[in-house]
Amino acid sequence: MANKTMVEIRWHGRGGQGAKMACLLLAEVAGQVGKFVQGFPEYGPERMGAPITAYNRISDTRCPVHSNIYTPDYVVVLDETLLDSVDVTHGLRDGGAIIVNTPSSGEVIRPKLRGYTGALYTLDARHLSEEILGRNFPNTALLAAVVKVSGVLELEAFLEHIEASFRKKFATKPQVIAGNLEILRKASEEVMQG
Amino acid sequence: MKTALSGNEAVAYAMKQINPDVMGAFPITPSTEIPEYFAQYVADGVVTTEFVTTESEHSSMSVCIAASAAGARSVCATSSCGLALMHEMLYVAASSRLPIVLACVNRALSGPININNDHSDSMGSRDAGWIQIYAENNQEAYDNFIMSFLIGETPQVRLPVMACMDGFITSHAVENIELLDTEVVQGFVGTYEPEHYLLKKENPLAVGPYDLSAFYMEHKVMQAEAIRASKARILQVAENLAAISGRHYGLIECHQMEDAELALVLIGSSAGTAKASVDELRQMGQKVGLVKVRVFRPFPAEELAEALYHTKAVAVLDKAESFSGCGGPLFAETRSALYDLPQRPQLINLVYGLGGRDFTTESARSVFERLAQIAETGETGPRYAHMGQRTRGSAT
Repeated sequence: MANKTMVEIRWHGRGGQGAKMACLLLAEVAGQVGKFVQGFPEYGPERMGAPITAYNRISDTRCPVHSNIYTPDYVVVLDETLLDSVDVTHGLRDGGAIIVNTPSSGEVIRPKLRGYTGALYTLDARHLSEEILGRNFPNTALLAAVVKVSGVLELEAFLEHIEASFRKKFATKPQVIAGNLEILRKASEEVMQG
Repeated sequence: MKTALSGNEAVAYAMKQINPDVMGAFPITPSTEIPEYFAQYVADGVVTTEFVTTESEHSSMSVCIAASAAGARSVCATSSCGLALMHEMLYVAASSRLPIVLACVNRALSGPININNDHSDSMGSRDAGWIQIYAENNQEAYDNFIMSFLIGETPQVRLPVMACMDGFITSHAVENIELLDTEVVQGFVGTYEPEHYLLKKENPLAVGPYDLSAFYMEHKVMQAEAIRASKARILQVAENLAAISGRHYGLIECHQMEDAELALVLIGSSAGTAKASVDELRQMGQKVGLVKVRVFRPFPAEELAEALYHTKAVAVLDKAESFSGCGGPLFAETRSALYDLPQRPQLINLVYGLGGRDFTTESARSVFERLAQIAETGETGPRYAHMGQRTRGSAT
């Protein structure tokens, strides 16, 4: 149940890609900038590569609802291969958008979206991550993309607050913090409508 | 301090603030993060707790029992089959009057094996003699855990407390939370100073000796009196917490019940979801409300009777199947609580949410629709049913 000021986001990824971490990070940062937040994963079989879903609710008042999200405003897809097996746009609200991690253009992706006609954004998060961190962690790039596309948080405030969260999250490997911050900035510039 | 934490992290943080003497630890999903976070606090030296890793939950509870009998403030966390494996020792803890505090992160029991939320695990322990408090969200999980020490340790109670939250739904969801300052928490829970304990040299005693029929029943009656006495103590501790936090808690929480004709009775995170439905239906002019049961042991029988006597139709929602063949545990006790009223509402039972089956605002609305029909026609239909069942033979 969404009130008018609430933004609901659904993440689709595969176990190990960091959808849960991106979702919880978004909740944490949105909480820091004064929003009421929920970030929660839905677990299926616990194994690397299995499809997983995670959810965010972000609003100006505390949300008492603790069910999954069935009619999201935004959908983020971390793994393009999920488009073949999961109906990722199911329930996506009019006026919302889907963001897909892919090197392909929107024209190539849209036919895979089962008749979806709403807004579509693409970002090559894998390329960004491999270029900057040398490994494929698409989650932080897509986190910046969804913040940019949804406008749920002011981008500069988001970037400012997330650094503190990174310092906590990556306490044992601080060398990746600068790279992740660079990914966020580049992703917010490179995400494009298609 | 205002921040955002998952339920598990909030409870681990409360443990850190309390700095108990002993933790008996054995991991099980979805409670595993609690000993994980706490082990980090131990490794960082920010707590002085003796962190005892064990080979099973039977042993982690045994560690707590031994430590508590020796006079130490003891904590534990578990879920599902872990709580089931502790079952024997839960009775020993309660009957030895040891105020251990256990974080129970509710999860379905096997089989079939399932890691998701329902209340089968703690409902299976409902007769073990523990106080049971259930949280709707991470804030309540944190507050209940802190209050548990003062409730259990007080001399007129001296009972262990199970502070429950919904697995994954609450334990793994990051939400806003207001944390108390550590000095405030420490001042609130104080130092645990039991009158009697194993290692007290002025008054050595035996704990857990054989009890013949000459006194066994007297001991059980004392336990029964203690759990009755805990009701007043729970309310008193809640008042003390309100004074430092501004957050108010009772044995039950009534939402829009003043003039409600149709009502739900339920436990845990689903109560939050149902509140949204109640508010929505209220805006449409319907006289609906809900009662959230926060404390299941001791059972708030008088409070439920008082809250429900003026309603026309009530649905009790059970997130556990007790295989009685005639309703879940919350239904059985709620119906019993209403029996002595001169005029009772119509009562039905829906078992829902087993093994993580989602409960939505639509689910709650559909129950109110059925209650409206019952109130109008006086026909209850089947009193005991299961919510959202697939048609037999359907694979989708």
